Amino acid sequence: MATDDFIALLPLLVTALSSLIVLLLAAFHRDHALVAVVTSLGLTVAFLTLPVAAGVAPRQVTPLLIMDAYALFYAGLILVASLAVTILSYGYLEKQEGQREEFYALLLFATLGAMTLGAASHFASFFLGLELLSVSLYVLIAYVRTDGRPLEAGIKYLILSGTSSAFLLFGMALIYFQSGTMEFARTATLLAGSVEFPSTFLVGLVMIMTGVGFKLALVPFHMWAPDVYQGAPAPVTAFVATVSKGAMVALLLRYFVEIAAFRSEILWWAIAGIATLSMFTGNLLALLQSNIKRLLAYSSIAHLGYLLVAFLAAGPLAVEAVTFYLTAYFVTTLGAFGVVGVLSKPGNEAEAMDDYRSLFWTRPWVAGVFTIMLLSLAGIPLTAGFVGKFYVFAAGVDSSLWVLLVLLVVNSVIGLFYYLRVIVVMAADGRRDVRPGENAQAPQVSYADSLVLAALSGCLFWLGLYPAPVIRLVQAIQKGLIGS
Amino acid sequence: MILVWLIGLLLATGPVAWLLDRRGSQWPRWIALGALAIDLILALILWTERDAHLSISSQGVWIADLSAPWIPRFGITLHLALDGLSLLLVLLTIFLGITAVVASWTEIRERAGFFYFNLLWVLGGVLGVFLAMDLFLFFVFWEVMLVPMYFLISVWGHEHRVYAAVKFFLFTQAGSLLMLIAILGLTFIHAQQTGVVTFDYQQLLGTTMDQTVALWLMLGFFAAFAVKLPAVPFHAWLPDAHTEAPTGGSVILAGLLLKTGAYGLIRFAVPLFPAAAQAFAPVAMALGVVGILYGALLAFAQTDLKRLVAYSSVSHLGFVLLGIFSWNTIALEGAVMQMLAHGITTGALFILVGALQERLGTRDMRRMGGLWATLPRFGAITLVFAIASLGLPGSGNFIGEFLVLLGSYRVNVLMTLFAALGLVAAVIYSLALIQRTFHGSAGESWTAPDLSTRYLVTLGAMIAVQVWLGLYPQPVLDAAGQTLQNLRGFGEAIAMISRG
Repeated sequence: MATDDFIALLPLLVTALSSLIVLLLAAFHRDHALVAVVTSLGLTVAFLTLPVAAGVAPRQVTPLLIMDAYALFYAGLILVASLAVTILSYGYLEKQEGQREEFYALLLFATLGAMTLGAASHFASFFLGLELLSVSLYVLIAYVRTDGRPLEAGIKYLILSGTSSAFLLFGMALIYFQSGTMEFARTATLLAGSVEFPSTFLVGLVMIMTGVGFKLALVPFHMWAPDVYQGAPAPVTAFVATVSKGAMVALLLRYFVEIAAFRSEILWWAIAGIATLSMFTGNLLALLQSNIKRLLAYSSIAHLGYLLVAFLAAGPLAVEAVTFYLTAYFVTTLGAFGVVGVLSKPGNEAEAMDDYRSLFWTRPWVAGVFTIMLLSLAGIPLTAGFVGKFYVFAAGVDSSLWVLLVLLVVNSVIGLFYYLRVIVVMAADGRRDVRPGENAQAPQVSYADSLVLAALSGCLFWLGLYPAPVIRLVQAIQKGLIGS
Repeated sequence: MILVWLIGLLLATGPVAWLLDRRGSQWPRWIALGALAIDLILALILWTERDAHLSISSQGVWIADLSAPWIPRFGITLHLALDGLSLLLVLLTIFLGITAVVASWTEIRERAGFFYFNLLWVLGGVLGVFLAMDLFLFFVFWEVMLVPMYFLISVWGHEHRVYAAVKFFLFTQAGSLLMLIAILGLTFIHAQQTGVVTFDYQQLLGTTMDQTVALWLMLGFFAAFAVKLPAVPFHAWLPDAHTEAPTGGSVILAGLLLKTGAYGLIRFAVPLFPAAAQAFAPVAMALGVVGILYGALLAFAQTDLKRLVAYSSVSHLGFVLLGIFSWNTIALEGAVMQMLAHGITTGALFILVGALQERLGTRDMRRMGGLWATLPRFGAITLVFAIASLGLPGSGNFIGEFLVLLGSYRVNVLMTLFAALGLVAAVIYSLALIQRTFHGSAGESWTAPDLSTRYLVTLGAMIAVQVWLGLYPQPVLDAAGQTLQNLRGFGEAIAMISRG
């Protein structure tokens, strides 16, 4: 390996190194604050190495990884999200009992796995990244062991994730059997001439799609999502909802673009069906929820459905739309779960509607942040979510997916209904006499947490009001991906 | 720059009003009033100097025009422009904004800061809608009106406020998203033909396309505007929202938000798709006539005072729809006049009804009656606006309805005939309102203070404007006429091309 290879891998290497330092610290010098600071520093340094790595990009590092603008963009997204989760976790874990230091090591491992997925160009690195991410998540989800529910959620995730990995492996084996290679690029070259995929290959693809569907909680593979979202500690839920899903989408998009997967009509229709089902199931079931975490879980199922609509548009605009939408979704989801985490008390997650009643009048800032996050999820202008949705619409119109777009509109309206319901509860004046600051039970929001929420709100408005710089970036990586 | 100031001032003072609430609830009121007063001065300057600033381009005659890049990827610009039509509606917005602030002065005691924040943002959004000449920007402002209005209804409204607020939001949002698809469809068709991706209104004007495609896209726009207008059968949100909203909210809803629908039709839906609009015109006109009669009928059947006024809006806006789709200069001028006059009249009626509810604690007309004896000023002023509402000569409503009928007569005699029946129906429900509330035997012995000076000044100003519109409408018609002629001439030219 040449020096440039190492430079290209710097973000991954720095993250790996930080996780080792954290492990050593946990072994020899337990100190929650110190570990959290080291983790944050590690992630920040890894983020700062991105421009350095970009200097040598695009670069194929071994057959396994390709460090191009696309991989680096997703790495950046993942690192920032992990940083936000780290800071939120610190505030959250401070309130919990037990040993906390290993949490950060696992978080770093998971981040490393997610970044690997974004850069994978080979089934081996795909699987490696995926398992690194998943295995860390099993433990992270069940990290708070004082309560039964995180354990339940952890086990559920373990079993279903294991099953989905089995599907993935089988799919990969079939594709390998057909094409004789596990490299994405070589698969693409072999298939370049054929109009329709060979049937074994197609079966393999469908198997992989099944495995990925589990990870993305797409209907009908979504059963785990509400339970895991509900059971896991709020910051981990944020991580599962953003980093884990985002990395998976990044991989899927790269693979599908590379092999031009939508030449297969069957596959297109299958994914269109999954998208439709995910939108409707997610939104309709979210209507029935009275638990905020479950509501957000179903809403995220629906959002992945929206994302698939952009995905199905196929073509340059689709890559841009998916990437931008995902960026907006990251900001918004982190913010929403951040608020849930901030409001949680030890052994009592802020998940019942009642925990949010009159929040506007007792804690106006937190309620304000949650409101704009919900409005962004609903796709109301001035927020990041709107520009994301606009991008999806644009991609859909460009490819004339009229039916899917109308379904998306119907779903947006259903979605709006339950987001509004939460806002209504927050604005309700059930306790007119409560004045700001008088709610003594509510935990104090720490300085770091406020900073994260403020930063996320800032990003939300930035993406909503002046998205031009991010759009330029997204456009550039799209050119790199489609061009290569 | 003055256009940015108009909008920016309201959007910027909103948060200030909210923050200064801590100093006492007087602060947000005065801040809101001050911001609107400055806006009014700016708008009046534009009005008096409108002839000096005219710049004539191929697509219109603009008094002020401003454009800056925003999202170059999609050719989206921050393009604001003002012509005669926009200016009239901007003046209406600011004027009704001031009356809404005054009407909420004593009604809103709880969380006044947040209330005025929302009020200012709704008004800022409405101004943006009237000024935006980029379809993306237009859509953004279109939605910016929505969220604060939702809060106004759901926090400070009456008994069923949450139901009404959610219904309002869902109806409008469904329409809006269909419009978004239509906007994108239009843009992409334009891009395919010219290779230029743009959302600029002036560039998109004159895009030629297949007749069926044009019809679908036009319907996308129509969906959003028909919900806002509202045209029967998309009106179901209106009675609830208007009834449950606080007074200030009702004034803005009826006086301004409904006008954005009409404005959208005049500015966007018809000129962008002239041929499709022409094909669709009989349906739209029929919806207008149905709205006129249906609204009037239901208004008469109400026992809730606010609901009565709300349904009368459905009836009045039916005339606007009829006028717009008649699409000749007289009918269009009538429609614009009707928009302005209805804004003032209905705004005033909502203020009166709101003040009455504040005093009596009920809107139920069955419990009222004989109130003239206790509240003579109330009775007299309500009578003035009820008469204006029924379209007596001398009021702006008369000019509006008369011109609409005159214009639509040239297009469709039968529909004009039925629409004219609406004038009779308006007499019935307007006088019924006065009769049941202020005359007859007293239902209960109410004792309440009459209108205060603050109200008298506000309502007096509204009467003055109303009478001015009724007696000397020419300046208004001139200001709007230029724009309307352009839009119309433009539409006609395109229709010719696509036909021939």
